[in-house]
Amino acid sequence: MQLTGAQILMKVLKEEGVDTIFGYPGGAVLDFYDELSRTDFNHILVRHEQGAVHAADGYARASGKVGVCLVTSGPGATNTVTGIASANSDSIPLVIITGQVPTHLIGNDAFQEVDIVGITRPCTKHNYLVKNIDDLERVIREAFYIARSGRPGPVLIDIPKDVTNAKADYKGFESVKLRSYNPTYEPNLKQVRKVIELIQQAQKPVIFAGGGVILSKASDDLTELARKTQIPVTASLMGLGAFPGTDPLWLGMLGMHGTYRANMSIGEADLLISVGVRFDDRVTGKLEAFARYAQIVQIDIDPTSIHKNIPVSVPLVGDCKITLKHLNRMLVDVDLGNVSGKRQPWLDQISAWRKTTPLAYEQKETIKPQYVVEKLFELTKGQAIITTEVGQNQMWAAQYYHFNRPNHFITSGGLGCMGFGLPAAIGAQVACPEKIVIDIAGDGSIQMNIQEMATAVQFCLPVKIAILNNGYLGMVRQWQELFYKKNYSCTNMEHAPDFVRLAEAYGAVGLRAKKPEDVEPVIQKALSINRPVIMDFVVEREEGVYPMVPAGKAITEMLLV
Amino acid sequence: MMTEGKHLFSILVDNQPGVLSRIVGLFSGRGYNIESLCVAETLDPQVSRITMVTIGDDQIIEQIKKQLFKLINVIKVNDLTGSNCIQRELVLIKVMAKPEHRAEILRIVDIFRAKVVDVGPEHYTIEITGNEDKLLAIQNLLKPMGIKEIVRTGNIALLRETK
Ligand SMILES: Cc1ncc(C[n+]2csc(CCOP(=O)(O)OP(=O)(O)O)c2C)c(N)n1
Ligand SMILES: [Mg+2]
Repeated sequence: MQLTGAQILMKVLKEEGVDTIFGYPGGAVLDFYDELSRTDFNHILVRHEQGAVHAADGYARASGKVGVCLVTSGPGATNTVTGIASANSDSIPLVIITGQVPTHLIGNDAFQEVDIVGITRPCTKHNYLVKNIDDLERVIREAFYIARSGRPGPVLIDIPKDVTNAKADYKGFESVKLRSYNPTYEPNLKQVRKVIELIQQAQKPVIFAGGGVILSKASDDLTELARKTQIPVTASLMGLGAFPGTDPLWLGMLGMHGTYRANMSIGEADLLISVGVRFDDRVTGKLEAFARYAQIVQIDIDPTSIHKNIPVSVPLVGDCKITLKHLNRMLVDVDLGNVSGKRQPWLDQISAWRKTTPLAYEQKETIKPQYVVEKLFELTKGQAIITTEVGQNQMWAAQYYHFNRPNHFITSGGLGCMGFGLPAAIGAQVACPEKIVIDIAGDGSIQMNIQEMATAVQFCLPVKIAILNNGYLGMVRQWQELFYKKNYSCTNMEHAPDFVRLAEAYGAVGLRAKKPEDVEPVIQKALSINRPVIMDFVVEREEGVYPMVPAGKAITEMLLV
Repeated sequence: MMTEGKHLFSILVDNQPGVLSRIVGLFSGRGYNIESLCVAETLDPQVSRITMVTIGDDQIIEQIKKQLFKLINVIKVNDLTGSNCIQRELVLIKVMAKPEHRAEILRIVDIFRAKVVDVGPEHYTIEITGNEDKLLAIQNLLKPMGIKEIVRTGNIALLRETK
């Protein structure tokens, strides 16, 4: 059967299980869009291509599927770069299809020509330029396979316009085989046995979960391991939700803005079982001091993550879920003795840390941002999908919304990309129409992709945006306060739009809370409205995020309040 | 443990456009060194071999190996350092050849089993293959005559067959 390039794309997308495309049209992808109009894909027309990629990212994280974007050549393609880099840092499976000028014009500095494959080479898992229509079908299948297998990531396919309307035989589904790419899923069982021995010997063990646990859908297995062995659990920002945030074994987040007890327990641990983490500098602080008394086990599907920053005693290359399953299965035959009795002194120590130095703030006459997040948690019963922008808002969301399930906290972790939250919320809402989706935002970040309000309104996606409005680029201001003698250079953001009227201008709903007693009614009202809502919380301007580990310090050297 | 050292990698990759730039981009992006690089097709036209000399401590070298292997188009990464392999490099040396030095230069060429491949009124161009030690040795001997220019292909290497 002979099909055009555009028809081939639509057909393979269908076969790969795609139902939603986030995109923006233009000259080079006219054939795709023409063909698209004859299909039943749910196409979400964003207002900026960066929004398309973040939305696909949010969609992928909320659904566990591959997110798909379709954009035109030149500026359409370059606008995706930030989104791709964010997804790449966080290992999110995306397929980004960019139009390209016709093959005979490539290299001619043609109108709207950029070398997007060259530009995105270092920030994609892989990318392709398809110059020959006969390769198109295979390449699209490979792209999906590469995006979702192994350590997931974004894959870009650049397709010249003449390829979109050339014709080729459609071969139909075949499974992808790449001789040069074979991720290791099964761990070495000898290594798994070593972990069991270490668990038996350890007095002060800690489990450290990262985004890999969520990506490999291993939360239940991790929870089983922790409960069976009574090992307390901490997580990176990306790992929040991998273990229930209200469980007694939960330590809170680790790292620069981690809880006191999480950071202290890493300082004292004699065994650290890390699962799906890459020891980012925001987590480790000063490397030499990180987990200095611990034997470190590292489970990760990506061998480059192992031994990269931290020397590891037991490296375990494999899929997190499969490896944890082996571990749990083999633990059945092991006599762990009286685990709870044995673990008591360690858990007591942790409780003591928690009692002396909990996460805390004082709610006085102006609204505290932490209070807003706590109320959001309470009033959504912890069931909402939370996306965030970047800065203090992101950290307060991480600290005060207790995530009990995976895929419910969606944040730009590795890249820390302002402007992520709103489009990501849109994507998550598309994936989970029945869920409450809230973007916990800063007044600075929300302005970076505010245009996507129009998308939310057009597609009736009732996302809620909670702006913690401090009139500052708050996180940067906090660094200036602490490390630059309060020289608030260029971080004042008082010149902002009236967010309530802005919401209304977009055809959404705007609400404002100025006093602590407004917070609850505003949230309740927003939750009762089945449309996009911006909640503008006017919060304490100079509130800081604590604990805080200053850059370069050991994570046990925290600034408290 | 953490000793900086030269490492010789033999890397098999898909013979496709853009693959070399992925590899070079990996090195520049992550701040690794490339000392020399040779690329050509293998017997299988779909596969190219890259022979590369790089420098780093053990931890960096381990990362380089893993990062290379992580690239989708990389089929195999072999660290030939310290293994039983034949290493060769071809060098062209343009050396000043004053009348009083010519005999001496020819003698050196002879000893090293090199070749004079071009003769001008004031220079000889010498072609020599060998391993690094040999190439350094001839350079040192020719230096006093005045080396005008030198061009090197970079190392290539092949494992010896076990006997
Ligand atoms: C695209 C981008 N530009 C700049 C930064 C640097 N940055 C990190 S946090 C921050 C301030 C964010 O301000 P706001 O959104 O108001 O959040 P707040 O910290 O006040 O909660 C800035 C500028 C960034 N992370 N991303
Ligand atoms: Mg702010």
